[in-house]
Amino acid sequence: MSGGVDSAVAAARAHEAGHDVTGVHLALARNPQTFRTGARGCCTLEDSRDARRAADVIGIPFYVWDMADQFHDSVVDDFVAEYAAGRTPNPCLRCNEKIKFTAVLDRAVALGFDAVVTGHHARLGADGRLRRSVDNGKDQSYVLAVLTRAQLDRAVFPLGDSTKAQVREEAAVRGLAVADKPDSHDICFIADGDTKGFLAKRLGATPGDVVDARTGERVGTHEGAYAYTVGQRKGLDLRVPAADGRPRYVLSITPKTNTVTVGPREDLLVDEVTASKAIWHGAATPIECDVQLRAHGEVVPAVVTVEGGTLRARLLTPARGVAAGQAIVAYQRDAAGGDAVLGSATITAAARTSVAPEAARA
Amino acid sequence: MLPEALDAYVAAAREVGNPSSLHASGRHARRVVEEARERVAAALGCRPSEVVFTGGGTESDNLAVKGIFWARKSTSLSRTGVVVSAVEHHAVLEAADWLGKHEGAQVTTLPVNAAGKVDPARLGAVLEAYGEEIGVVSVQWANNEVGTVQPIAELAALANRYGVPFHTDAVQAAGQVPVDFAASGVAALTVTGHKLGGPIGVGALLLGRDVAATPLLHGGGHERDVRSGTVDTPGVAAFAVAVEITIKTQQEYAARVAALRDDLVKRVLSVVPDALYNGDPVDRLPGNAHFSFPGCEGDALLMLLDANGVGSSTGSACSAGIAQPSHVLLAMGADDDRARSSLRFTLGHTSTAADVDALIDALPAAVERSRRATAWKTPR
Repeated sequence: MSGGVDSAVAAARAHEAGHDVTGVHLALARNPQTFRTGARGCCTLEDSRDARRAADVIGIPFYVWDMADQFHDSVVDDFVAEYAAGRTPNPCLRCNEKIKFTAVLDRAVALGFDAVVTGHHARLGADGRLRRSVDNGKDQSYVLAVLTRAQLDRAVFPLGDSTKAQVREEAAVRGLAVADKPDSHDICFIADGDTKGFLAKRLGATPGDVVDARTGERVGTHEGAYAYTVGQRKGLDLRVPAADGRPRYVLSITPKTNTVTVGPREDLLVDEVTASKAIWHGAATPIECDVQLRAHGEVVPAVVTVEGGTLRARLLTPARGVAAGQAIVAYQRDAAGGDAVLGSATITAAARTSVAPEAARA
Repeated sequence: MLPEALDAYVAAAREVGNPSSLHASGRHARRVVEEARERVAAALGCRPSEVVFTGGGTESDNLAVKGIFWARKSTSLSRTGVVVSAVEHHAVLEAADWLGKHEGAQVTTLPVNAAGKVDPARLGAVLEAYGEEIGVVSVQWANNEVGTVQPIAELAALANRYGVPFHTDAVQAAGQVPVDFAASGVAALTVTGHKLGGPIGVGALLLGRDVAATPLLHGGGHERDVRSGTVDTPGVAAFAVAVEITIKTQQEYAARVAALRDDLVKRVLSVVPDALYNGDPVDRLPGNAHFSFPGCEGDALLMLLDANGVGSSTGSACSAGIAQPSHVLLAMGADDDRARSSLRFTLGHTSTAADVDALIDALPAAVERSRRATAWKTPR
């Protein structure tokens, strides 16, 4: 129970369904006293109190579990290391994988619990398949697709059939004070929202060149390649304008040479994605399906092949801003039951193999 | 609250009257307060004028440690020493720490042995070295976690020999073991209502007549010019009734509860043979049983036992609710793992043999599960 409205309503629903429910708040900050900055993030003292009050109102026992060390090792350190390696990590996904459905689940099972209930917006129906929430805007299946079959078998997501608005309404009816609490959007361990500053403090200044992909010319310098993400346009501060005067975007980051490569928007388009550490739920491949390449990102049709731990996707519509380190999640279209997750993997490379008609237009 | 204390509370709460007022209803309230003071004094072995009513244990401890320190320092600027034991309640430890950080106090911490006891010779050595430069010594009468009872009379006598005021936090001790202010030789003693069958939010500092303390709260000077604020008439009336009854029945209560506790300890050690019994086996609060369960996490055990209707306590939690390794066990020489594997069972007035049975029924499975759960901590 994070102290937010979703986990509070999820707990209430599980309790009402007759389960023996115990509320657990995860203390994730090594020094919670320093995180006392208000409702931002998921590990402030205020949030812990909100979670406790929600448990009181629901009528379930409540405990705080100290997962600060595991969180720091598996999520925060990983976040910094991924940026240092020129990739763009998704810490929420990592937290689901390593903390909520590993550290917490393992401990809970050892203590005699059957499952972990969370307030994620995703469906996990009778067929055991992970599906998108009915609320497309709030759907979190992308950051849950990393879960294995064994983890999903011990997961319960009671909110998948409701929209966020319905969840808030229900919280108000149930007398939960967190009904109107604002959503958290930021990375919970970066209290001030300044990701660039957070990374700079840990990785230090590592000045390097910004190079134009088409001309090979040095068009600027940077203080640390970790401050850039593929697809980024703002904040490049380039001294040399492009020949055609059009804006340039980050195309790739090369940690070896500490180079940020930029180019025109159409060069961002890729139609082949390679990804490692695949979690695949058994559908025969190659398979034509939809893929999502970043959280809340667009969905494109693709043909996906999985061999061993490697997933390859040929995008039938080229996509922009595909960054290594992000997840590729494959969905089987199902308008009635909610698109179902076929599997996921971590993007290692993306390439353009053909000039798509859309690219020519761009 | 004891029913008699509750009756006294309600009776006094029905009356109008501010004990500081001079009109008839004020005088009536004043009489209730003064009778309460006399009853508390009689029960705890001090003079009525030595009873300073406060808002509870934390306030009394703060008033004693800071108040006596300031008063002594005002008579000699070099008198900056504060001596506390390593196992004090946070109300004393944090007050001393604050004096160190903000008021230039030199804080000396007295170590304890493996049973949690202060060695009088250690206090003697500190007094010998600093003597009159010490503002105040504070050592609790009995520990709130492991139940160890300190040799208070002996420690107080040492402090008196050097003319240093000695305060004791007797919040845990009063009503459990014999506590007599005058006989103990202490300069100041803390008690609180809710540990004695009285209301929460009422307590007292017994402060020797010749012991000066600078107030924490300034105002009308209601309590001996040391503690300002309108006295809580119903609160102190109920507190006095509770103190009187609890002290009167202490011996009988202690014998009954200690027998129950001894049975609990024997049976816990028989169902969990590698459990470690913490604290002093003899000089100990009658209702206290404290164990380390190797390989377990105290907070996991607490949760599992609670789910079976058995309430227990770990050390303490920080403001975010995270269980912390107990400073008391760490001071007794336990390592972090042992401190975190510890749990306290407290018996009291309502405890019965059936309660002990319920614990013994639930404990083995809880220990086994908790041991399995410790595995999640191993790096993966």
